[in-house]
Amino acid sequence: MHFDEIVARLRERFGDLVGEADEPDPARPSLLPGVFVRADSVTDVCRFLHDEPAMAFEHLSCITGTDFKDSIHLAYVMTSYVHRQVIALKVKLDRDDPSIRTVEEIWATANWNEREIYDLLGVYFEGHSDLRRLLMPDDWVGHPLRKDYQEQPDYHEIPTTRENPLGKY
Amino acid sequence: MENALNKQAVSDDLMILNMGPQHPSTHGVIRFVITGDGEVMQRAVPHVGYLHRGIEKLAEGLPYPSFVPFTDRVDYLAAMFANHGYAMAVERLLGIEVPRRAEYLRVIVSELNRIASHLIGVGAMAMDIGAFTPFLHGIREREKLNDIIEELCGARLTYNYIRVGGVSFDFPQGLDAKIRAFLDTFEPLMEEFDRLITVNEILVKRCANVAVIDAETAKSYGLVGPNLRGSGVDWDLRRDLPYSAYPDFEFNVCLGRGFRGTLGDAYDRFIVRVQEMQESVKIIRQALDGLPEGEIKGKLPRKLKPAKGEAYGAVESARGELGYHVISDGTDKPYRVKIRAGSFNATSIVEHASRGLMIADLVVLIASLDVIAPEIDR
Repeated sequence: MHFDEIVARLRERFGDLVGEADEPDPARPSLLPGVFVRADSVTDVCRFLHDEPAMAFEHLSCITGTDFKDSIHLAYVMTSYVHRQVIALKVKLDRDDPSIRTVEEIWATANWNEREIYDLLGVYFEGHSDLRRLLMPDDWVGHPLRKDYQEQPDYHEIPTTRENPLGKY
Repeated sequence: MENALNKQAVSDDLMILNMGPQHPSTHGVIRFVITGDGEVMQRAVPHVGYLHRGIEKLAEGLPYPSFVPFTDRVDYLAAMFANHGYAMAVERLLGIEVPRRAEYLRVIVSELNRIASHLIGVGAMAMDIGAFTPFLHGIREREKLNDIIEELCGARLTYNYIRVGGVSFDFPQGLDAKIRAFLDTFEPLMEEFDRLITVNEILVKRCANVAVIDAETAKSYGLVGPNLRGSGVDWDLRRDLPYSAYPDFEFNVCLGRGFRGTLGDAYDRFIVRVQEMQESVKIIRQALDGLPEGEIKGKLPRKLKPAKGEAYGAVESARGELGYHVISDGTDKPYRVKIRAGSFNATSIVEHASRGLMIADLVVLIASLDVIAPEIDR
């Protein structure tokens, strides 16, 4: 199914919950097509995309979290084995209090993907079964992938920066 | 250890055992906290992050071409794929064509790299189970591959060979013949390897019916590559979402069939890798025969400044789908690079797949998933 048709089907089913969708760029035909939905509808839309035989997005490739300074975007990159297609479903979150429902029940792999985003971007996932930091230590301060992140000067009395030995030359 | 203790109420008759981060069978610095009733595990919870170097964050401060050497460090056993995925994502973002000769060279080096990585994968699995000799057979063959690639690009592990727009060097004189000579000796050696280990009754007994992952679970956990195909899901990016020069070649996609036990057991994943090496040999032969003349690098602007947009470039690495989601804001540096790697998913399934396994079989499970630590943590 063409990406336009997928968006049309989503609009038909979810109406206003579906936001702007990417237009094809003739100079760059292989870009990743994405469509925005409202954050509170993400589980319903994902369930639809996963279960509907005409879509059958059975594989969640990854969830990309990006800090756009005024908001945080999550992109659910998903692949359909049957229809051989990759699309991105996107949501916009409030940067000061980012929170969204988990999609763990639809794809089990969301568990770790969401833990990573919680760890690196500070997004809270409601209903997540085990929301802990994944890559950084449990007592780390801050979320490194945020654009305004300042690394703490030391961690358990180990300095996190080092003088550049070439600095004096 | 503390986390595991805090998280779950542990009854008196359960034992908590720590494995790693420094342990020869975890294939890198990964830690497993095992809750077991004697020899039988209730679960093994993976703790990762020991190799987290913040590669995704580093990408945000570097111009597009300068990030390529960092991608080598995403998967140091199969760095060609890591280069290729990133190059592909940026090429899609720029909307540029890559010369045919470069695409063929990419396929040849990628498949050579796949053989090298699978040799380590199956060899290390045999070693973890207790057979040391097959590992050395694998290492010896991989050494020849390292020599070939060193002659091509000067590096043995971190190649930095596949660049945005093409590849960095053309074949030096005589390398074609060297690769063919390697393939000629490699095929009979694979038969020897099979006699030594693949059909070895001890290995079969150790792996068959152990750590079974059914197709639905594999899909749900996002397993990719040989792990997914070992569970019988017929999916290979090289065939199903074709990229580079792969549509030009004929090869089979190897699937698990429950060869000596249940579909999706550790032995299926092992044998899928063994068969894939033979398919790679086929692809390399076809690519060498059809190698077109021409440029090895496309025409690129002096400074790469893709217009705003997002691209996802995914290649079928030795460990499955290795994808780069690159977001451009119109400057010469990527706004965000997300790396999606196969080992991340493979490690996440350990907690589920280890339920009810013997502690000794955890090693078989990890080895059969062919997990590599830098890919998990990035």
